[in-house]
Amino acid sequence: MTGMLSMGGYGFYIWCSYGALALAIVVEVWSLRRRRAQALELARMAAEEENP
Amino acid sequence: MTISWFKYSAPANFYPLAGRMIPWFAGAAVLLTVIGMYIGFVVAPTDATQGEAYRIIFIHVPTAWMAMFGYCVMAGWCAASLIWNTRLSAMMAQALAPTGAMFAFVSLWTGAFWGRPTWGTYWVWDARLTSTLILLFLYLGYMALRAAIDEPRRADRASALLAIVGVINVPIIYFSVKWWNTLHQGATISATAAPKMAHTMLAAMLVMIFAAWFYAIAVTLHRVRSIILEREAHTDWVRALATGAPAGQAGRVGTEASR
Repeated sequence: MTGMLSMGGYGFYIWCSYGALALAIVVEVWSLRRRRAQALELARMAAEEENP
Repeated sequence: MTISWFKYSAPANFYPLAGRMIPWFAGAAVLLTVIGMYIGFVVAPTDATQGEAYRIIFIHVPTAWMAMFGYCVMAGWCAASLIWNTRLSAMMAQALAPTGAMFAFVSLWTGAFWGRPTWGTYWVWDARLTSTLILLFLYLGYMALRAAIDEPRRADRASALLAIVGVINVPIIYFSVKWWNTLHQGATISATAAPKMAHTMLAAMLVMIFAAWFYAIAVTLHRVRSIILEREAHTDWVRALATGAPAGQAGRVGTEASR
């Protein structure tokens, strides 16, 4: 386990790289879900304004 | 049987099709990432000169390639939207841009964290690095220009022109390691020469490249569905979808032109 973390002394560089990609994916997936919820909410509000 | 491709150029028809495709592409991306990481971290040996640091290649190369290919695909959708005046093409380009920018950023970031232990520096103004930074700025410029124009069809046309002009940067990135004397190494794999790396390393990288492709497709399809909802919010089918009312009450699918 410590070998996997230290990666022969390059652990900092390797895990900063992989960590950044993982974080970017998490942020992107979260923003996708939020954007979809907002788009549906806006469409629902627009529909209710017209036919209350 | 003939498939009517033009049927799916209508956002109302493409929306459910994209929804059905997303789980398959997302599932393939997850599966390939697990396989690629296993080969990359368990099967592939330690590099003789770089030690373990080389393992950054398994995300650095796929993200860099996706940033470049993604830009070409985005510009292709932009060209299609200008030539055929199709709204869905412009929406696809709009949906692809944030993911392309994310890949460009991660390729620069992972490159920096690979450069530090191997070259002794996080950053140099080398031709490959600088042209990739310009690629990130082109993505951001495209998104900023879109955001600055309120009318969607005008935004489509203006940002499409910017994206198409920016394509000139992609061959510059690709050939930069040949044209200039760069600190960045030359191509590791090419169509004309045998790969300069061990088979297991190459396999892990190729699997991760496919994973990046499928991830990009899944994410772009998800985002384009939100964009369709945003831009078609005034149509009957989107309102029916959002309110849970039965679709097609008015018996027609509205378009932006019918506003």
